[in-house]
This record gives sequence, C-alpha cells and structure tokens, in this order.
Amino acid sequence: MAVQTPTQAAVAVAPAFELKASSFTLPVIRLLSLDMDAVAAQLGPKVEQAPGFFRNTPVVIDLSELAQAQGNVGFPHLVGLLRGLGMIPVGVRGGGATQNEAARAMELAILGDSTRAGRQPGAAAVSAESRTEPQVQSPVGDDQGDPTPVSMLVDRPVRSGQRLYAASGDLTVVGPVSSGAELMADGNIHVYGPLRGRVIAGLKGDIGARIFCRSLEAELVSVAGHYRVSESIPTDLKGRSVQVFLDHEVLRIDPIG
Amino acid sequence: MARIIVITSGKGGVGKTTTAAAMAMGLAQRGHRTVVIDFDVGLRNLDLIMGCERRVVYDFVNVINGEANLNQALIRDKRCDGLYVLPASQTRDKEALTKEGVGRVLTELGKGYDYIVCDSPAGIEHGATMAMYYADDAVVVTNPEVSSVRDSDRMLGILASKSRRAEDGEEPIKEYLLLTRYAPTRVERGEMLSVDDVQEILSLSLLGVIPESQAVLNASNAGIPVVLDNDSTAGKAYGDMVARYLGDDLPMRFLDAERKGILGRLFGG
Repeated sequence: MAVQTPTQAAVAVAPAFELKASSFTLPVIRLLSLDMDAVAAQLGPKVEQAPGFFRNTPVVIDLSELAQAQGNVGFPHLVGLLRGLGMIPVGVRGGGATQNEAARAMELAILGDSTRAGRQPGAAAVSAESRTEPQVQSPVGDDQGDPTPVSMLVDRPVRSGQRLYAASGDLTVVGPVSSGAELMADGNIHVYGPLRGRVIAGLKGDIGARIFCRSLEAELVSVAGHYRVSESIPTDLKGRSVQVFLDHEVLRIDPIG
Repeated sequence: MARIIVITSGKGGVGKTTTAAAMAMGLAQRGHRTVVIDFDVGLRNLDLIMGCERRVVYDFVNVINGEANLNQALIRDKRCDGLYVLPASQTRDKEALTKEGVGRVLTELGKGYDYIVCDSPAGIEHGATMAMYYADDAVVVTNPEVSSVRDSDRMLGILASKSRRAEDGEEPIKEYLLLTRYAPTRVERGEMLSVDDVQEILSLSLLGVIPESQAVLNASNAGIPVVLDNDSTAGKAYGDMVARYLGDDLPMRFLDAERKGILGRLFGG
C-alpha cells in the first residue's frame, strides 16, 4: 500500500511502459547468528507451520544484529537455504560494508532502512541455482504474476490476527473475516461472510484485481496499492454487497446485486 | 484417554478461572473423574476459587521437573468425589512449562481421568499457548464488550493454527462460546453487546450465557465454586453449561431483564 506516482510520458506514441514507485510489505528475516546450520534447523519447522505463507514470498535479510560481527555471513549457503524453503531472497539491509559487498556478489539488493526495494523480486539471487531444490518454481516477476495461478479457498472463519496470502492467484473466503484479520492476494479476493478485516488485492501491482464481498464492513480495502480505510468508505456502502476496483487509478467501490 | 478441555479467552478478568472451577465441579458432580489444572504459573488463583489453597504442597511445575509425582501434587476436593486440583506454582514463571513436560503430565493424567480441565492464563503468550496446545475442546470465555470479543477472536485464530491437533493435521479443536457477566438490563439499554451481536461476530456454537451476579464474587471469596450455589442465577447457568457440554439440549436462561415486583425490589434478587 503506498502512494503511487505516475510519471507522465507525454509523447505522441502509445506508451509502452510506465515508471512507478510502489512500496511492498515484505517479511524480514533478522539474523541473530552467523551459524547457518542453526538458522537452517530453526527455520525449517517455522516454514512447515505455514508453508503457504512462505511459498514464493520475497524476503529481506536483516543484518543489523550482525553488522559488528566478525566472520562471513555465508550468503551462498543462506540464499540456497531460503530458496530451498520456497522463499525468494531479494535483498539485505542493515549490514556492514563487507557484508554488503558479499551480498552484492550474490545479486542481492542493498536496501535502505526505509525498506524500499531497490530491485524487483524476480531479479534476485540467480547465482544460487546449484543449491536450489528442484521443486522451487521460477521467481515470480513483479509485472505478470505466476504463469500458473494457484487460487486459495478458505472455508473457516478468518480470525483477528490471522494473515492469509494467496500468492499469484485469487483468494476466496466462504466465512467471515474478523476485524484485525488480513487477506492478501496477487489476484482477486472474494469474501462471502461479513468482511470486517483488511483486504489487499493485486498485492504485486495487478491493477485489474478486484475485491468482491457480500457485506462490506472492512477496516481497509486496497487494490494494487490504492487504498481506502474504513473512515473514508461512504456509510451508505457499509454492509452492502460491493466490488472494489481501480478505474483509471481511482479506487471505486460500487454496489453489486 | 481423557478429554482435554481448555478454558481460555485472551483477555484477563472475564471469568476463566471461575468457569474452569465450575466446569470441573459440574463434570465431577455428574460422576466423571475430573482433574482441573491451573496453567497460570506465577499468578495462581484456581486454588483460592476451589478453596484448597491451604492444602497445596507440590505443584504443576514440581511435577514437570520431576521433583514430585502426580499423586503428591494432586489435591482431592473434599466436596465431591472424583475431583482433583493440580495447582500452579506461584514462585516460578511460565517458561517452566515445557511442551514435553506438559504433554507428559497430561498423558499420565489421561489414563486415570475422564476429563482434564485446563485453566489458561490471560494473554496469548507462552502460558496460554501451553494451556491450549493439547486441547480437544476449547471454551472461549467472552464478556459482552468489544475488546473482549476481539481478544476472543484472536484466541480462536491461535486455537485453529497453533494447537497439537492443527500441527498434526487432525480434526480441529472443538470451539465453544461462553458469554459471562451478561447484564440483560444493560443490553436492553444498548450499553452492552447482546448474545446475538457476539455470536454474529464470532460465529461459534454457544455453550451458555452466565448472567452478571453478586453470587460469583461471594463464591470466589468463600472458595466455593459458584456452580454449587443452586440458588443463584449464575450457579444455575453454569449447571446448564455443563449439561450442554455433555450433550443436553437446554434452552438459554436469564437472557431477559427481570421485571421486579415491589417485593423483589425490597428483598433483592
């Protein structure tokens, strides 16, 4: 969710691209130890608890705890480990000069503390291929999404504090989504129970993504970075069946049915 | 194998310990061998509510650490056969509860009892997650106000994802809603969420509604589980809760404001 700043390509021909700035919320792995075997031993079970959350997820490696540490971080090992677990390491932050140099050698972006990505996920960590597990899919680009979209269906209530992310596909929730819960999808989001949480469709910038719900009581709705919080949703739309979509960079909430 | 019931809420002060005591006593009164465990290490209260605080020798943490065996730590209830209390330690902190240790104690208890009631501490940290980890059933205690409802919702999410059943991919924990401190007159005035409001938000099967009652505080102070007080509305409602848990289909009582006559007004309810 961020402010988008379209740059005007004021030329006569149809523009072939637009240059935009956008910010992303990415999981950060804060390293507390240089012992990669210990990291591997502890990270594996963590990922097993929520494999869907980590699959094809871009992650940032935070070195701020180790910036003063002597010794190598062992980036080839670490990148191989993360990719083996299905994640896509995109960059590092908070490291010292030598650490940044080593990270750059692994084609990891050096990110400022503002966590603004200097590089898109797809470009990262190409050189770790020898260590990559065979089942890891090719990195997902920022523009198109995965060629084989996988949708996600949830038929239990989504409770406060729970986060669901449908990478490269649609997310459908049959039950209620509570206040304090968060739904994210690269594609569309459908909610059939009352929608009281936060919903973010088109997480990777798909401006065609939409949100559909039966009863709009959301705390926040967002499509491809354009968002509205509950306060700025017209009260006459509350509790109604609506769709939320982008119309020429304006987020629209229209009743349906 | 015993059925493990966790009494939980997220928020503090909503009536978890009162409910745990009532549930355990109610089950034991109906002839089921029951043990109730206090997971609130460092802030133990269950022994007071059960009225056995002067008989505590060893506690849950002693048993986990192998410093005492279960028979030494379990306190037999004097009012009801087949009811035992396993008190928490007041001098340790919650990190003393290890997943393996708790699992070992529950397995051992499971051989000799029909029901194990786990009284969870408030919060969603270690103590609370340990109390719910091995549960088969969960009673989520909620007050009819928004912060309690949200905390319960959060706890339900944790029950669905961080329990043993969830991790082993077994059938999920059976979740029940218990509304406590319900004041029908305040609901009528619109000052309190109604049963329907809460159910709408949490969408759970309702195990009972316990009316706000002076009897609860009196019972706690006296160390007598309120379910034994058959004259009070709260005691009766807790009795209904236990019966519903065991499968009886009872209508909800005490949902409407009492219309007090002149005598009722004079002599109290």
